Amino acid sequence: MSNIADRIRKIVVEHLGVEEANVVENASFIDDLGADSLDTVELVMAFEEEFGIEIPDDAAETIQTFGDAVQFITDQA
Amino acid sequence: MFDLTGRSALITGATGGIGAAVARSLHHSGATVVLSGRRSAALSELSSEFGDRCHILSCDLDDAEAVAHLPKQTEDVCGRLDILINNAGVTRDGLCMRMSEEDWSYVVEVNLTATFRLCKAVLRGMMKSRWGRIVNVSSVVGVSGNPGQVNYVAAKAGIIGLTKSLAIEVAGRGITVNSVAPGFIETGMTEKLNESQRLNIVQRIPVGRMGAPEEVASSVLFLCSNESSYITGSTLHVNGGLAMY
Repeated sequence: MSNIADRIRKIVVEHLGVEEANVVENASFIDDLGADSLDTVELVMAFEEEFGIEIPDDAAETIQTFGDAVQFITDQA
Repeated sequence: MFDLTGRSALITGATGGIGAAVARSLHHSGATVVLSGRRSAALSELSSEFGDRCHILSCDLDDAEAVAHLPKQTEDVCGRLDILINNAGVTRDGLCMRMSEEDWSYVVEVNLTATFRLCKAVLRGMMKSRWGRIVNVSSVVGVSGNPGQVNYVAAKAGIIGLTKSLAIEVAGRGITVNSVAPGFIETGMTEKLNESQRLNIVQRIPVGRMGAPEEVASSVLFLCSNESSYITGSTLHVNGGLAMY
């Protein structure tokens, strides 16, 4: 679990150039971490690659926060 | 002049007059070209001119699933996909009052919807590599209108709108999206014109002749190059002055 969260956090930090401390459970990619809508698409692409999974478009839309991403990917694993 | 060494390009409608000229031009500039089209004999013939750096992927553009797979297949054979040329085009002309739903849908599907599907499918790789070039082939009639072609003109005008919107979406990722709008070019599509139609058209073209496919290809090549990096969302009119926008 924590391993998954760490890997996701690393991707978010690298991609959005934000402080690790700001990537908290309820942090919204767009509202809190400064992502634009294309960034969120790229984040999902990066998650897919990191975890070797496929995230369909309708599911991707539900991933709004860091916590959403951790939850979704944990459920897939 | 323009160096595309190391780039790979997918060209739809590669057996048509403009498509083949574009393929030659990109190949000549160092790109690996992937030729797509419906007529496999013509594709093989074209590819035999090139020798290396050339692959063939047959595809029927009204087959949604086949279209969606085309970029992936390109990546499989080339290892990458940097340039997409949406060139394939079909016509089924008729007055609006007599046009069937089927002729409308077919032309919009192949000319416009396939363009959308291919753009969508190539973006992932281009976004990752932070470089990409998409050139969508529209037409002068997409801007001017043309009687007997409500389907074709709607699709070609749609391509220009798609191009602009997509250009804005991906501009921050090193991807440019432009369209080229040829006027009357010496190809299979204009071969159907009779002599009096032809004369009538040429009289309206300030340059005084129809264009050669190579004259369209050179514009496409420019829009695929590094040198055109600050041009996106635009429509380049290649029509001998027939219409100016």
